[in-house]
Amino acid sequence: MAAYEPWSAPKALQIIDELKSLEGPALPILHAMQEAFGYVPEPAIPMIAEALTLSRAEVHGVVTFYHDFRSEPAGKRVLKLCRAEACQAAGGDALAARAEAALGIPIGHTTADGRVTFEPIYCLGLCATAPSAMLDGRVVGRLNESRLDALVTEAKQ
Amino acid sequence: MSMRVYIPRDAAAVAVGADEIAVAFEAVAAKRGIALEIVRTGSRGMCWLEPMVEVATTNGRVAFGPATVEDAASLFDAMMADGPHPLRLGIADELPWLKRQTRLTFKNCGVIDPRSIDDYKAHDGYKGLLRALSLGTDGILDDVTKSGLRGRGGAGFPTGIKWKTVAQTSADQKYIVCNADEGDSGTFADRMIMEGDPFVVIEGMTIAGVAVGATRGYIYIRSEYPHAIVAMNAAIKAARRAGFLGKSVGGSAHAFDMEVRVGAGAYVCGEETSLLESLEGRRGLVRAKPPLPAHQGLFGKPTVINNVLSFAAIPFILDGGAKAYSEFGVGRSRGTMPLQIAGNVKHGGLFEVAFGLTLGEIVDDIAGGTFTGRPVRAVQVGGPLGAYFPRALFDTPFDYEAFAARDGLIGHAGIVVFDDSVDMSKQARFAMEFCAIESCGKCTPCRIGSTRGVETIDKIRKGEQVAANIAVVEDLCNTMKFGSLCALGGFTPYPVMSALKHFPEDFGAPSRLQAAE
Repeated sequence: MAAYEPWSAPKALQIIDELKSLEGPALPILHAMQEAFGYVPEPAIPMIAEALTLSRAEVHGVVTFYHDFRSEPAGKRVLKLCRAEACQAAGGDALAARAEAALGIPIGHTTADGRVTFEPIYCLGLCATAPSAMLDGRVVGRLNESRLDALVTEAKQ
Repeated sequence: MSMRVYIPRDAAAVAVGADEIAVAFEAVAAKRGIALEIVRTGSRGMCWLEPMVEVATTNGRVAFGPATVEDAASLFDAMMADGPHPLRLGIADELPWLKRQTRLTFKNCGVIDPRSIDDYKAHDGYKGLLRALSLGTDGILDDVTKSGLRGRGGAGFPTGIKWKTVAQTSADQKYIVCNADEGDSGTFADRMIMEGDPFVVIEGMTIAGVAVGATRGYIYIRSEYPHAIVAMNAAIKAARRAGFLGKSVGGSAHAFDMEVRVGAGAYVCGEETSLLESLEGRRGLVRAKPPLPAHQGLFGKPTVINNVLSFAAIPFILDGGAKAYSEFGVGRSRGTMPLQIAGNVKHGGLFEVAFGLTLGEIVDDIAGGTFTGRPVRAVQVGGPLGAYFPRALFDTPFDYEAFAARDGLIGHAGIVVFDDSVDMSKQARFAMEFCAIESCGKCTPCRIGSTRGVETIDKIRKGEQVAANIAVVEDLCNTMKFGSLCALGGFTPYPVMSALKHFPEDFGAPSRLQAAE
């Protein structure tokens, strides 16, 4: 579980200043913003645009193109379940339905109490120990009903 | 008394408890008062045996697995005594699954410490680069061409020709880009080599830089691979410290340095031109070709862009192995391919072997059939854009051209096995849905065709005008195949059409449901 800091323009400026001299700095800056704040806050977009001499629309376009970048904070814990073919072949569909029932939300949503964001991921590269999931940064393979239940319980705490 | 054990730090091993086992081993060692050295290696690729723990003995490394934390104490004692244990597998190098392989690219994976450049050098590391430095551009290109290596990302373009094009294009700056955006489900070879032997990738990229006159490199790793990102960053730092990256590579006049860039969850960025756009900081929209990246690639400069496995094959080839490499394989598919066997299989993992095994040998013999014990019904080869093969086509040899002749592709050599509980109309729907989710949106056949495809397959699954709607799907597939800019829209028809062709019974929804009742 990562602790994020609240939005701060000076911090955002510091991130931009540190990274803007890279070749192709946009993605590294957006990753760093998300690492600091847990999402890419709206006020960061004009700041990035100005520093990189891009339009706000271009930066907005980049943020919204990539699945990773969030426009609002996620739940306290983020549970990602692999929904790709190798995990499907190993019983992943039933596990996804089970997790949705246990969390009371469809995949792609955050629980009402803000504790868990449950997302699909298309392949963690753990296809020979499928089905697989990732809770925050931790990978878990060979999921079955009991291992999944334990993971969901941990996420909800 | 002391003991040295090897425990993988590969993500697949970590996902099934390798870190916890390392902690448990340390606790047992402390309790027994024994000096324990734990080396965290990559994975040997026998994923069903992970976490597989090895102990150094005078006869070689003895493997045990799959280990659990509860086994730690008894395993530790059996290892100390070199005695029996229910999980004892035997001498690791002698295990049949490993012995049957031809490990050229993966020879060090699971063997060496991926954090130690000295260990890499002790296992032939950097010999290829040192020879490359003495050969110069023409000699390197000659070796790469002679090896017959084709791009391992999936397209299979001859690597030697690509490099030669960049070498012959003059520019003030050239780039080496490694495509580590391994997004295909069922593939994990790039991840494994980055985690288990990262220096071989760095060495391969460095040789490419020397060959074409490029001084900067980027490795674009998908964000879904946090362990690989850590491993590559650590290895790049170590290579820099040891003088293998920087202003004077290996003490030569060549400069080359590289850095890791992290993707952001877009599957289409595995397409090379989309990856270049992403590296430049834009939306990952596919570029029309020409110009080829070899002429105008990253930031408009001549760029070698290759898959992780292509670069990882290079050090062996440059270490005097070009001829040996080319002698493996069949037809125009030369050398070895790291097969990734996954999904519903008994023995899943990485199996590096010369081209030419049949699909049936791979699935029935090497993978040992399904772990559910039910019959194999369909095998998807080549990721989400690869065709589904029925048992009737199990005689297809693993070879670029042989798979193409049967309306399939080997892609990045991911093999996903399904048992007879699979519903192929659902898999066809998923292929369209995945394309709709991941389409970059630049070209209409892919962007619109995939969404219409999902809707139409839904109608078929509900039994609405099945024959007419199948004709619509076929027409959509045709438009996508010939009208899309890149492989995402262009190859999505492979899984859809192969499902329709080989498993038509799954698309006649009403009769099938009635039959089941």
